[in-house]
Amino acid sequence: MAFLNFLISGISLGSIYAIIALGYTMVYGIAKMLNFAHGDVIMVGAYICFYAVARYKLPPLVGILAAMAVCTVLGIIVERLAYKPLRAAPSLAVLITAIGVSYFLQNSALLLWSSNPKVFPSVTGMGKISLFGGQLTVSLVTVVTIITCIVIMIALTWFTGNTKMGKAMRACSEDKGAAQLMGINVNSTISMTFAIGSGLAAIAGVLLCSAYPTLVPTTGSMPGIKAFTAAVFGGIGSIPGAMLGGILLGVIEIFAKAYISTQVSDAIVFAVLIVVLLVKPAGLLGKQVREKV
Amino acid sequence: MKTKNKTLNKTSRMNFITYGVVIAAYAILQTMVSTGSISSTLKGMLVPICAYVVMAVSLNLTVGVLGELSLGHAGFMSVGAFTGVTAAIALQDAIPSGTLRLCIGMVVGAIFAAIAGVLIGIPVLRLKGDYLAIVTLAFGEIIKSIINNLYVGVDANGMQLSFLSDKTNLAEGGKLIIAGPMGIGGITKLSTFTIGFVLVMITLVIVFNLVNSRTGRAIKAIRDNRIAAESVGINVTKYRLMAFVISAALAGAAGTLFAENYSTVVANKFDFNTSILVLVFVVLGGLGNMLGSIIAAAALTILPEALRQFADYRMLIYAIVLILVMLITNNPTLKGYLNIIKQKLVRKKPVAQTAEGGADNGK
Repeated sequence: MAFLNFLISGISLGSIYAIIALGYTMVYGIAKMLNFAHGDVIMVGAYICFYAVARYKLPPLVGILAAMAVCTVLGIIVERLAYKPLRAAPSLAVLITAIGVSYFLQNSALLLWSSNPKVFPSVTGMGKISLFGGQLTVSLVTVVTIITCIVIMIALTWFTGNTKMGKAMRACSEDKGAAQLMGINVNSTISMTFAIGSGLAAIAGVLLCSAYPTLVPTTGSMPGIKAFTAAVFGGIGSIPGAMLGGILLGVIEIFAKAYISTQVSDAIVFAVLIVVLLVKPAGLLGKQVREKV
Repeated sequence: MKTKNKTLNKTSRMNFITYGVVIAAYAILQTMVSTGSISSTLKGMLVPICAYVVMAVSLNLTVGVLGELSLGHAGFMSVGAFTGVTAAIALQDAIPSGTLRLCIGMVVGAIFAAIAGVLIGIPVLRLKGDYLAIVTLAFGEIIKSIINNLYVGVDANGMQLSFLSDKTNLAEGGKLIIAGPMGIGGITKLSTFTIGFVLVMITLVIVFNLVNSRTGRAIKAIRDNRIAAESVGINVTKYRLMAFVISAALAGAAGTLFAENYSTVVANKFDFNTSILVLVFVVLGGLGNMLGSIIAAAALTILPEALRQFADYRMLIYAIVLILVMLITNNPTLKGYLNIIKQKLVRKKPVAQTAEGGADNGK
């Protein structure tokens, strides 16, 4: 039973990583940039939800929607102001700008909301579900997280596969020039991608802080880096890859914590990533691009 | 041939300017220190600046010259810091001279960082682009985790190592040097600005000689087109590994210098953020441009201190400055103006025109 319990909490943590990784992977697929500020959008989302729910006593669902709205707008603004002027610039310049944005968000949060840790109120309530006659208890947060992740996966798969905007996104990630020639507005497609990614980050932030309820301005950094590894793990640019990578990463992390050592669990996660990349250099579901001479 | 004798070619001229700037900066700062006309905060930052300059120049070798993005450079700094300081502490009784102990520490740090560089480089360099970057990030985090759980003690029986928890069981009179997450405490401060300056000069000599040698040209050829380089018989793996390991070794020496400037050193100091900080120096200074790296490293280390009057807002301003600099330097209109100015300058000195062609690569 302990094994099953660890597996469920692993999947739950992995679901959060998967939602964050989706943001990384979508932005990478289309804009070909590593958006290092993504982790900090999570933090902003969590703070907005915290203030809405704990301070203004709004219902949790309103808090989540407010967080999503703020993060979506934030994502679009950041893209317009910081990344759009650099569309033609070398990728390293964009990377450094993203790091600048990350510093900016963290320090703004520090000024606005101080460095005192906030105890995040659970948006799902503290309930627990008992299974198998009480042998297995799963907290409500875990269940909600997993269900949210599944819903997001299905919705996103449908969105990219069937809607006009989703198809435009796939076209842009395939070949920006050709997409433009086909009459796709590349700029608004990229903005849309940032909007969706940031909105998802807000959800991830709320879920993350419901499961691990300490909120500080650097809350988003480590999950951000882990989710980024998850995106690479599954093959960056691939949406199913991000989901698979996220969940696997979460499960590996929880198992490493439970069965090996809490202190070196991060090292084990990264070691697995390295091994996977050495065997499959483009990630689990990434497209192996043949080099033409 | 005639022009070559009259004036140095552009690369050598640039190298001599770099040496000159570093020596001049050292001379000015050293005079200011001895006359006491320097603030105590700036004085305390001289050694970290030297360490960061070495870090930036060595990372520039990987990112600018080899053309591979590394997000784990602080890991090598960490390896160098911990092994170097351990060596310096272990030799405390044997060698009375602090400077000599520091030098030995830096050599030990560089050697261990180089070993780490080989171990990491062999798998990492099989990958390409962003995948390579993420694996260097992963290795940086792994190094941090390992050192955070490493216990090293020294007693009469020699050196004792243990992992995860303190199982060193030191004999009477033994001393625990690395205490896991507590790192190394009670370091006698050995680093001085002069030693830092010497390390910067040694780094520059090594890097310039490497870059302008046959090896350096091979490395740059691999950066510009790996397949073409391979087809003319360049051993890609060998040269890539060589650049990577030299870069790691220099970072290791910088790590020892940096750690010996403080009384305690912990593994968490050398995390992902430190790697990013150094990467920012390199990109702001210009890829492959060592003088740029030096200036950026020095300026950006001082900047947060210089902004101290803005108190809480200083890191916010730092972030805004960073974004604005990237936006302005990559603005096509402004770039056009810069090119016009450049052309005017070149027209004044027609000799330099011959060397101009090769210098714009990689920008």
